[in-house]
Amino acid sequence: MNIVVLVKYVPDAQFDRHLTGDPATVDRSESILSELDEYAIESALQLAEERGGPKAGNRVIALTMGPAAAATAVKKALQIGATEGLHVNDDALAGSDATGTSLVLAAAIRSLGDVDLVLTGMASTDGETSLVPAQLAERLRLPQLTFAASLELDGTTVRARRDGDTHADSLEAELPALVSVTDQINEPRYPNFKGIIAAKKKSVATVTLADLGIQAAEVGTAGAWTAVRTAEARPPRSQGTIITDEGDAGIRLVDFLAAQNLL
Amino acid sequence: MVVQRLLPTEEAQELLGLVRDIAARELMPQAAAAEEAERFPREVFRTLGEAGLLSLPYPEEFGGGSQPAEVYLQVLEELGAAWSSVAVGVSVHALSCFPLVHFGSDTQRKTWLPDMLSGDTLGAYCLSEAHAGSDPAAMRTRAVRHGDGYLIRGAKAWTTHAGQADFYTVMARTSDDPRRGVSCFLVPADAAGLTAAPPEHKMGLTGSTTATMHFDDVHVAADRMIGEEGQGLAIAFAALDSGRLGIAAVATGLAQAALDLAASYANEREAFGKRLIEHEGLAFLLADMAVETETARAVYLSAARLKDAGLPYGREASIAKLVATDNAMSVTTNAVQVLGGAGYTRDFPAERYMREAKVMQIFEGTNQIQRLLISRQLTR
Repeated sequence: MNIVVLVKYVPDAQFDRHLTGDPATVDRSESILSELDEYAIESALQLAEERGGPKAGNRVIALTMGPAAAATAVKKALQIGATEGLHVNDDALAGSDATGTSLVLAAAIRSLGDVDLVLTGMASTDGETSLVPAQLAERLRLPQLTFAASLELDGTTVRARRDGDTHADSLEAELPALVSVTDQINEPRYPNFKGIIAAKKKSVATVTLADLGIQAAEVGTAGAWTAVRTAEARPPRSQGTIITDEGDAGIRLVDFLAAQNLL
Repeated sequence: MVVQRLLPTEEAQELLGLVRDIAARELMPQAAAAEEAERFPREVFRTLGEAGLLSLPYPEEFGGGSQPAEVYLQVLEELGAAWSSVAVGVSVHALSCFPLVHFGSDTQRKTWLPDMLSGDTLGAYCLSEAHAGSDPAAMRTRAVRHGDGYLIRGAKAWTTHAGQADFYTVMARTSDDPRRGVSCFLVPADAAGLTAAPPEHKMGLTGSTTATMHFDDVHVAADRMIGEEGQGLAIAFAALDSGRLGIAAVATGLAQAALDLAASYANEREAFGKRLIEHEGLAFLLADMAVETETARAVYLSAARLKDAGLPYGREASIAKLVATDNAMSVTTNAVQVLGGAGYTRDFPAERYMREAKVMQIFEGTNQIQRLLISRQLTR
């Protein structure tokens, strides 16, 4: 089977993420494969391995959209075990919102021919909109099983569980389908050293907007449906109010909560 | 702090990236708790094994990573900075594979190495005895010819991974010849008569199990003898030369961790209205700690490059072990000093680092033995 996994190159959450430049944007100099995408890669690899792995013709294609450095995210996916990569890189993509992103990714997936399953993380660790999986499914006219906390494939039927606060949904669809997975679905593996060496021999195709038949005006800042008007760093936390108990702490606590409209 | 490293290949760069990632996500978060609970983290070794980190210095054809010492040791250093017990375990595993890799026959290597280098198994190395630590030639454990093999009887002290390992590389006496009386055997953990005594209660490296292994007429097939009969001590000393570089690298990592901790504390904590690092007394102490750490790194890497070039490196390995572990002792002791009262509490890892450094001056040949070995090379 052919599985496409979306991988995004995002600022490393282990470092101090901050804004830079004017207008302010997120500093992307210390970036990595989005950790949430590792769960989608793991799901893809498990499904492929259950079916005999690459030798049995199972492909796991890591797809990314982004500048040259975003190839790092594809490379990491290949080191972990994806079989090949596809990188959409075009200067006109800068500033794309979720709508523009889904337009490009849909065209990239169509360019791959037969795709049985599209797997994504539940969000990126930078934008965190969770819009792309749903938009992508709409554009590709695929059933969407989002926020899957479990996933199994039975013949051509894909089943997922979505955990809610009070109940869990059991979702089911026929392939081809799109599934976004949560960080509860599995324990992503690390690459291993042999995987790192093997990744060098795997192919990564790089395509432009023209290759995908998309006009520059449809994407990037120009084509975005949403615009970030300003961005500013979160102010440092204030110290808060300390109540010392002099016999009336309970009353003062209630007064405080009431004043904040929390009671 | 990410250490700036000169690495020979792009794959080595990526390997180090992988190691730092695993260290940050799997080792650092649980090191303190496991050490406090004196718990051996077998599952961490499984993670390292799956990532291919338990077989890096050995040949690819048997499942190893075929990495030069220069790269393998820098991996050990990174692991040592994250969790010394685990890094020591990785070094001991490599030590226990060394005799088979370098002295085993082709048949022996084909039979056992793939399993030993698979990452699924863990090795232990049995050389020392209660009365024979620095002087292994005084060992009393015997391997006596019996039918189609040998019966091993005796006890091996200070065995890292005792009772946890899947195989034991064992030196035992096959004759009374003072120089050629010892032979090397590869003993599977499930051999009848092989048992581990209760673990030692140690000062540090409490996440690593150390115990005496008892050999109660353990039958070992003749084809499990590694090298020639009587070659055991020569094999043991060759393995130790290599193992000493491993310990030098681990000690350097430990020193780096202590330096990073102390520097970070000194940049935040204030006294007399300014940060500790702005007080020259402590700033110079930290500078000396950086010097000692960097010196240790330079010395072990210099020995590693001799080894990689196929040149003799025993003397340099002894010097590296001596410098790196003495420096780690000094750096970790001074890290406690920089943190002051906080450094003496178990709320910070400084005191643990200091306890962990101490044994590194003792095992894999005490630092007095290293001086003996170095001075012998100067004796005409």
